[in-house]
Amino acid sequence: MHMSVNLALQKNEAGPPQGSQAEPAADLRLRMRVYNLNFYYGSKQALFGINLGIAANRITALIGPSGCGKSTLLRALNRMHETVRYARLEGAIRLDDENIMGLDVTQLRRRVGMVFQRANPFPKSIFDNVAYGLRVNGFKGSLHEAVESSLRRAALWDEVKDQLHKSAYGLSGGQQQRLCIARALAVNPEVLLLDEPCSALDPVNTAKIEELLFHLKEKWTIVIVTHNMQQAARVSDFTAFLLNGQLVEFSPTSQLFTTPADTRTEAYITGRFG
Amino acid sequence: MNYRLMWRKAVNGVMLGLTGVCALLAVSVLFFILGYLVWHGGKALNWDFFTKLPKPVGEEGGGMANAIVGSAKLLLLASLIGVPIGFFGGVYLAEFGGRTFAFLVRYTTDLLNGVPSIVIGIFAYSIVVLPFKHFSTLAGGVALGIMMIPITLRSTENFLLLVPRSLHEAAMALGASKWKTIATVVIPAAYRGVLTAILLALARVAGESAPLLFTAFSNRFWSRGWDQPTASLPVMIFTYAIAPYEDWHRQAWAAGLVLLGLVLLTNLAARLVMSRGMSARRS
Repeated sequence: MHMSVNLALQKNEAGPPQGSQAEPAADLRLRMRVYNLNFYYGSKQALFGINLGIAANRITALIGPSGCGKSTLLRALNRMHETVRYARLEGAIRLDDENIMGLDVTQLRRRVGMVFQRANPFPKSIFDNVAYGLRVNGFKGSLHEAVESSLRRAALWDEVKDQLHKSAYGLSGGQQQRLCIARALAVNPEVLLLDEPCSALDPVNTAKIEELLFHLKEKWTIVIVTHNMQQAARVSDFTAFLLNGQLVEFSPTSQLFTTPADTRTEAYITGRFG
Repeated sequence: MNYRLMWRKAVNGVMLGLTGVCALLAVSVLFFILGYLVWHGGKALNWDFFTKLPKPVGEEGGGMANAIVGSAKLLLLASLIGVPIGFFGGVYLAEFGGRTFAFLVRYTTDLLNGVPSIVIGIFAYSIVVLPFKHFSTLAGGVALGIMMIPITLRSTENFLLLVPRSLHEAAMALGASKWKTIATVVIPAAYRGVLTAILLALARVAGESAPLLFTAFSNRFWSRGWDQPTASLPVMIFTYAIAPYEDWHRQAWAAGLVLLGLVLLTNLAARLVMSRGMSARRS
């Protein structure tokens, strides 16, 4: 495994990472750390000894061919894997300085939000969709203000402000996905996980979401799984390449896509497999 | 070659005709029953039927007001017993059930669904009528309530399972607990189906006479309370239909028509309320 920025952590090493030249160390803080993660579905091992650091206010992309474990890794970050029977993990994942396995799972998921591959709005109004997370977390304050600001952040406000109480199912696919982003942002998480958020969208809507992500990283830490290497190259600051459940390479995006250190990475990004 | 083609066409025609005739038969049975009921019941139906008590033997006229109210009370009791148990049991099966226990529950409810209604009547008789030492509305309600459990339970489970996994995940990823997810996302998404299933269960037990024969028994007068025997439409139909009086036969037809009408009306009203609820939320 190649660790060009030392973001990929050594076993038991929790110290601050050294920055690369492109990313001054003072500017770079790790929001999440994954230590020696092994993941199993029943007896089948899906991830092997993953070490990874997720930089605050940066976009980290996870790429790799289908079945390489990138979605599994993403879902472990807010323990969504626990909804799958017989899924279990070994190792540690830390959010700031807490082990996420020790946190209350609902608290964790409020702090680490998730947007899924297919837009999955609730069969409720646009307003109620965004307000849902606030309501279940006992939000006290102006729901309307919170909903508006979340919709603005997701660049959806202008399109829906006159139909907040209409069903979310009336929106287009791209709008629904931005609604899901707004919904996730409403509870003000620290980290936002996106699982191939654009795979079901056309190029115009994909571009909108990518631009949105670029703005969002000022305030949030983002991890995105993508099938689309151009997308990873366009939006992310760091890219992790996974293959067969192993982290092959983890570098600043520009470096990974121009001068990959591993021949397998090179083969993948030049389209020789996957 | 030509012969085979003709043979195929003939087979095709015959099969099309056969399936069509069977489909038509299925539909026409319902319309035949409806028509027959309206024809015979309509003649005997008048305002007195809804407002008056049955007349003593030998006197013409009278009505079945007590049986209509009695049926309503029995169905209310049955819903109070059958709906919560069936509904929450269904939620458990769909959302929490472990393998072995869920299998056991599913299997036994399916068996319960197949238990003849008269046997359920005997059961209610032995657990309610015998200790109280007399027939009662309560006993009838218990019998009908037990019959509602399996239908409500299995259909609640099925409709909850139809709610996509992605909605569960969306709610859980926002920090909703499992129960919050079920209560605020899964059940609201499935409630139309569940409500329809409950109404079908209600309609099914509304027509049951066997389990009421020795639980709610019957009553020529107003029932004086939940612990007293009560008249009900199905049992009245049974009693009047086997009686040797022409006038009673006419009244039995009328009671059949009223029973069917009430069931259809409940269904219709519920559908209306549901569709209105939906359009209000979607507009």
